[in-house]
Amino acid sequence: MNVRPPMKKLKVATTSLSGCFGCHMSLLDIDERLLELAKLVEFDRSPITDIKTCGPCDIALIEGAVCNSENVHVLRELRRNCKMLVAVGACAITGGLPAQRNQRDVGEILQRCYVDMPGAQGRVPDDPELPLLLDKVYPINEIVRVDYFIPGCPPSGDALWKYLTDLIGGRMPRLDYQSFRFD
Amino acid sequence: MTETSETTDSILAPIIAHYGGDPGNLLQILRDAQEALDWLSPETQGAVARRLDIPVTRVAAVVRFYTHLYDTPRGKYRVLFSHNITDRMAGSPALMAHMLKRLKLKRGVVSDDGLVSVGKTSCTGMCDQGPALLVNNRAITRLTPRRIDEICDLIRARAPLANWPAHYFRVEDNIERADMLLGSAYAPGEALRAAIACGPTGMMAEMRKSNLRGRGGAGFTTAVKWEACRDAKGDERYIVCNADEGEPGTFKDRVLMQSFSERVFEGMAIAGYVTGARKGFVYLRGEYSYLRAPLEAKLSEMRRNRLLGMSICGVPGFDFDIVIHMGAGAYVCGEETALIESLEGKPGLPRIRPPFPVICGYNNQPTVVNNVETLCKVTEVAIHGGLAYAGTGTRQSAGTKIISVSGDVERPGLYEYPFGVRVSQVLDDAGAYDAVAVQISGAAGQCLTPQEFGRRIAFEDVPTSGSFMVFGNTRDLFEAALNYSHFFEHESCGFCTPCRVGTALVARIMEKIHSGHGARYEFNELTRLHQLISTSSHCGLGATATNALQDIMTKFPTVFDRRLIKRDFEPGFDLDAALARAREVSNRDDANAHLAEGVDA
Repeated sequence: MNVRPPMKKLKVATTSLSGCFGCHMSLLDIDERLLELAKLVEFDRSPITDIKTCGPCDIALIEGAVCNSENVHVLRELRRNCKMLVAVGACAITGGLPAQRNQRDVGEILQRCYVDMPGAQGRVPDDPELPLLLDKVYPINEIVRVDYFIPGCPPSGDALWKYLTDLIGGRMPRLDYQSFRFD
Repeated sequence: MTETSETTDSILAPIIAHYGGDPGNLLQILRDAQEALDWLSPETQGAVARRLDIPVTRVAAVVRFYTHLYDTPRGKYRVLFSHNITDRMAGSPALMAHMLKRLKLKRGVVSDDGLVSVGKTSCTGMCDQGPALLVNNRAITRLTPRRIDEICDLIRARAPLANWPAHYFRVEDNIERADMLLGSAYAPGEALRAAIACGPTGMMAEMRKSNLRGRGGAGFTTAVKWEACRDAKGDERYIVCNADEGEPGTFKDRVLMQSFSERVFEGMAIAGYVTGARKGFVYLRGEYSYLRAPLEAKLSEMRRNRLLGMSICGVPGFDFDIVIHMGAGAYVCGEETALIESLEGKPGLPRIRPPFPVICGYNNQPTVVNNVETLCKVTEVAIHGGLAYAGTGTRQSAGTKIISVSGDVERPGLYEYPFGVRVSQVLDDAGAYDAVAVQISGAAGQCLTPQEFGRRIAFEDVPTSGSFMVFGNTRDLFEAALNYSHFFEHESCGFCTPCRVGTALVARIMEKIHSGHGARYEFNELTRLHQLISTSSHCGLGATATNALQDIMTKFPTVFDRRLIKRDFEPGFDLDAALARAREVSNRDDANAHLAEGVDA
């Protein structure tokens, strides 16, 4: 696909909240088109650049669900700094696999894992450095306003490429059915 | 076999025998079993499955589908407050809180001694004499704090329902304006004999001339339906009377079944005469269980008078009889294909149409499903002739229409008018002096503003199933919209995703706005969801589920504007409180163990 380079490079931030990095792997799956993407955009905060805080950006790609207080801080930072926020993949959109724990009480889970299990350390970690778990795992659209959603677990590299190039090109992003069906 | 299962079996055996051991009567069997056993334990369900020789999963599917069948104990007395907006406006939430306090109960939780539970249910069709509740499927109307106290005492004293004061259960007709139907005298067999005089083809011709249209809301021409059924290939044909009057704010069918049932039955027999059907069903909603015994008596009387049964009115070969089937609390069963599924003893999931029921209905045979009021109208056509019938009303909407008026009016009740009556006329007659909105045709209908009160009730302008809920100037229409969103979330049958998930999303967003966390974002989401649900749902329930909401959003913008107080999106819950449990188990209360509201610094 040919995309005319914009006058000024757009800035993109990406992050994985409570996810498996599968969506980021999918981003790498666009293969040699990464070089083309590098001509179109500049990455800000992202596991790709290892930049830890986000400056003003155009597009944020969010993978993963909101599971703990740190996820909330990161998500808010990206929302504050980015013009367009995109939920990428099942966890960001619906809570996904991490949300399996929503069937149980979070206190019970912590107790079970850190106290009751054989070989457990005997107490729930209480270091102030650690982010606390939320009562439930939330999809990101329950915490901040979300502009776009890319479905998939993970979305394919092609789907991400199509969506990104549409956004960068200033078009309403569209995925055809083939790019988000999996069976 | 344990002792309890023997008792269960001895209770089930006669019930199942009564219904001929037919799995098609599963819903009826389960209703009666619950009546005797208070709930349907896994053991009961297993026993029913064994005796009917069907998989237990089929029994469980039916139990789970119908709101008024319970697979967990709900107490000896199961109290359900009608949750319709008109009952709420008449003070039902306070009365329910009062009862919960008196009985020291939480909503939906059975008392420790297993005696009583108190919950909510969709509109019980007592809007003109609310607030109302159901106790073990029996309706109690005109609730007051005093009556609630008395009910609490009766429950505590474990008094059997049969010994409760009879006036609790009195259901009034409240006919405020009578016309062709409600105002005419009934002569047994007159309509039937008139139809017989015309002959089946002649009567069909009269029906065509009458231009009678269905009164359930959709307004399909009755003669076309009957003709299609008559001409369809089949071994048997069936006439079904749809008395599953679940649309919030409608109660006309209740009155017709209570005081005009002979006409309904005669209408059904005429339909049978014309189409060649020999069997009819009345599908009566579970909330009207109290009508069952009198209706059965009426059927026996008509059989004795040879108005039903074999050789009706002495005409050889004109055989027609009627069986009453009860529903069990599912709004979607008012949709004709869902109703047929329910008649067959299955969960009431709407079928894919076509084929339409007139071709492939009950037991895959040609079936006519008509509304109660439509069938009453058939007798008028038979007696007066099609042309005379077509003379009243408007061009496309012949005859009269019964309107169920409730809400902020001085005289709630039934009002029968020729089609074409203006909304303002109804309001004047009912004594609505400060109406700011009228919800027509129930939660699935449209909401009219005072500028639209000049519009006419007719299929050409404002079509209606009969519900007419009036909101006075002290009412907050947001409460009504919230109420409808909960109604549809509860009543969605769950078959298709747009409706199952969509109605739940709408309800969550409405709750979020209600709790003061709303921004323009939520408003836009509601608009988007409306478009999605209304265009992609499987049946009419989903297609209309957001109509009233959308009407209120567009026609009454201030209703929403003053609640969309947030400038930008914010979570609908307290994030810091969401950390409380983790704080507790990790014994932390440091700064990092909290989340500030809004954005981070």
